[in-house]
Amino acid sequence: MKSRWMIAVVGAAMMVASVSASPRAGAQSPAAGTSAETKAKIVIDGSTTVGPLAKAFAEYYMSNNPGVNITVSESGSGNGAKSLVNGVCDVATLSRFMKPEEFKAAADKGLLPVAHVIAFDGIAIVVHPANPLSGLTLEQVRDIYLGKITNWKQLGGPDQDIIAISRDSNSGTYETFEQMVMDKQKIAPRIEYVGSNGAIRQRVQSTPAAIGYVGFGFLDRTVKALPVNDVHPDQQSVLSGRYPIARPLFMFTNGYPALGSHVQQFVTLYLSPKGQEIVESIGFVPLTKY
Amino acid sequence: MSSGLAASFLISRSAGRRKRLAGLLGHAALFLTASSSALAILFIFYYIFRDALPFFRQRGLREFLFSTAWYPSSPEPAFGALAIFYGSGLVTAGAVLFAVPLGVSAAICLSDTLPFRARQMVKPVIEILAAIPSVAFGFLALVVLAPHLQQHGGTMLAVVAGVLGLPVAALGTWVASDLCTTRWTGRTRQVLRGVAVLVLGAIALLALYHGVSFLKALQIASGTNALNVALVLGIMALPTIVSVSEDALQAVGRELREGAYALGATRAETMLFVVIPAARSGIAAAIILGIMRAIGETMVVWMASGNAAQIPTPWYNLLQPVRTLTATIAGDMGEADHVTGSARYHVLFAMALCLVVISYTLNLVSEHFVRRGGRVGRR
Repeated sequence: MKSRWMIAVVGAAMMVASVSASPRAGAQSPAAGTSAETKAKIVIDGSTTVGPLAKAFAEYYMSNNPGVNITVSESGSGNGAKSLVNGVCDVATLSRFMKPEEFKAAADKGLLPVAHVIAFDGIAIVVHPANPLSGLTLEQVRDIYLGKITNWKQLGGPDQDIIAISRDSNSGTYETFEQMVMDKQKIAPRIEYVGSNGAIRQRVQSTPAAIGYVGFGFLDRTVKALPVNDVHPDQQSVLSGRYPIARPLFMFTNGYPALGSHVQQFVTLYLSPKGQEIVESIGFVPLTKY
Repeated sequence: MSSGLAASFLISRSAGRRKRLAGLLGHAALFLTASSSALAILFIFYYIFRDALPFFRQRGLREFLFSTAWYPSSPEPAFGALAIFYGSGLVTAGAVLFAVPLGVSAAICLSDTLPFRARQMVKPVIEILAAIPSVAFGFLALVVLAPHLQQHGGTMLAVVAGVLGLPVAALGTWVASDLCTTRWTGRTRQVLRGVAVLVLGAIALLALYHGVSFLKALQIASGTNALNVALVLGIMALPTIVSVSEDALQAVGRELREGAYALGATRAETMLFVVIPAARSGIAAAIILGIMRAIGETMVVWMASGNAAQIPTPWYNLLQPVRTLTATIAGDMGEADHVTGSARYHVLFAMALCLVVISYTLNLVSEHFVRRGGRVGRR
């Protein structure tokens, strides 16, 4: 008897949750009710690359606005777009621009997806500081990870086997690298995988023959970031589009959110100094420079 | 009188019923707690099997077991796990090669040569190894061992081989010369034994020197490799091997040892031909438990094995990075979880199923050995 009660209560709670998760609920003005029952809700879904950033933004935003509840799911860019079209999320995070067919699906439902570029994802190719190389081309990086180039000698360096290190296939950084460098070809089996940007940096700084790639936020003096196609990896070259391994990260909303609404404040968080700090701490390239 | 008797009889009957009821309840409670762990295992089996099945339905067994192409996230995914199975086997074999001789000889030393007081102090120290969290071992492997292996790996290996090899060579020489002079007695035996020690010792030293200089010349390109992980897994398996085989050696009992001494056996003969054979099933169980510890370890291999899904060339090369089943499950689950229903998700459960089956089989085998060992001890 009691358990049936519990089920009913939980079910009711879930219904309330799903109702309040409808797109409009998130767009309430901040003044509208901060009590527990009418807590404003923002539902975010999409890219695993943008996920950590969205989560960090959400954490910061919720700590400043106790009346707002933000949930972040990471189900992939495609699923994020689908969720936005189906109206189950308020903000879709995408690591690419929306595809024409996704736009069409949205338009068919009378929705207008609006893109907000919140940061750039730039990936730096790093080697040990003692490595004499002064730069690589994108093709050379690809050939190293394809296993075609296996010795630094082939690139004009010392006679050492290259230890190429990659992020695990779980990470958004890997996804970006696979897309922007590997050109749909498969990474060779001999390449080592590690679980985090920090671990790549640790391995590269302690291994003279190593090469790896990290998000810009993880660059420091212990590793040497190589120019790719003669373009030095920094904020300038990424934002100007000259650096080849970088892409914008998006948040999509349905229409431009009402000014002053929680959603609007959330998707423009990246413009604030604190937002820039968060973007940098996750390892992305911010658009602002305070 | 009679009514009083009846009353007391009645009371005792109801009290007896109450007692029986309480006993039953107690039994039921104990049975429930005891069976909960068995139930948990059944549930684990069921859920892993349920989530592994779709993978085999979708992709079949052939690619999984016989291909080495592991590209779970590619647009045209490939799920060949052969190299990953091989990696698990390689690091486990390496750990066993390292830990079994060390662990078993440590157990013999603890049970038969060290004085009681020293044993009381040494055994807890060895068992502390089991209490160190595996992520700490992983950190050690990645941040300390890997760079050192790269910078002066050859020298390190040479030193380790020397440090381990020297006592082994000395002990081996001693025991061998003792054994091959058993036919003589008294003064002759002492002289002959001295000669044998010199000759065998020289041979052993020469072999050791060659081995050490070969190792010293080795260049290790990448410190996160099978050797690194095998060493650390070996250290992690040590406490299990030492304490279980020490228990087995202790269980052999005084009578056998004293009987051997009474028949004129030396200490070495007693250990080699009486104590160890009598405890061999226990030692085998210890080794299998050590294997299970090594094959199931996740954090260390994920951090320090390099995670390259390849079969090293040549196949026994411990100095190349490998990928293991446990590390693959831990590493790929995060992403695969979000696309539930795909082969990428279920393949991890297929791997988990294989791991569970392997360790369950090993457990049965060790159980078998332990039971046999128990019988020998009692006899």
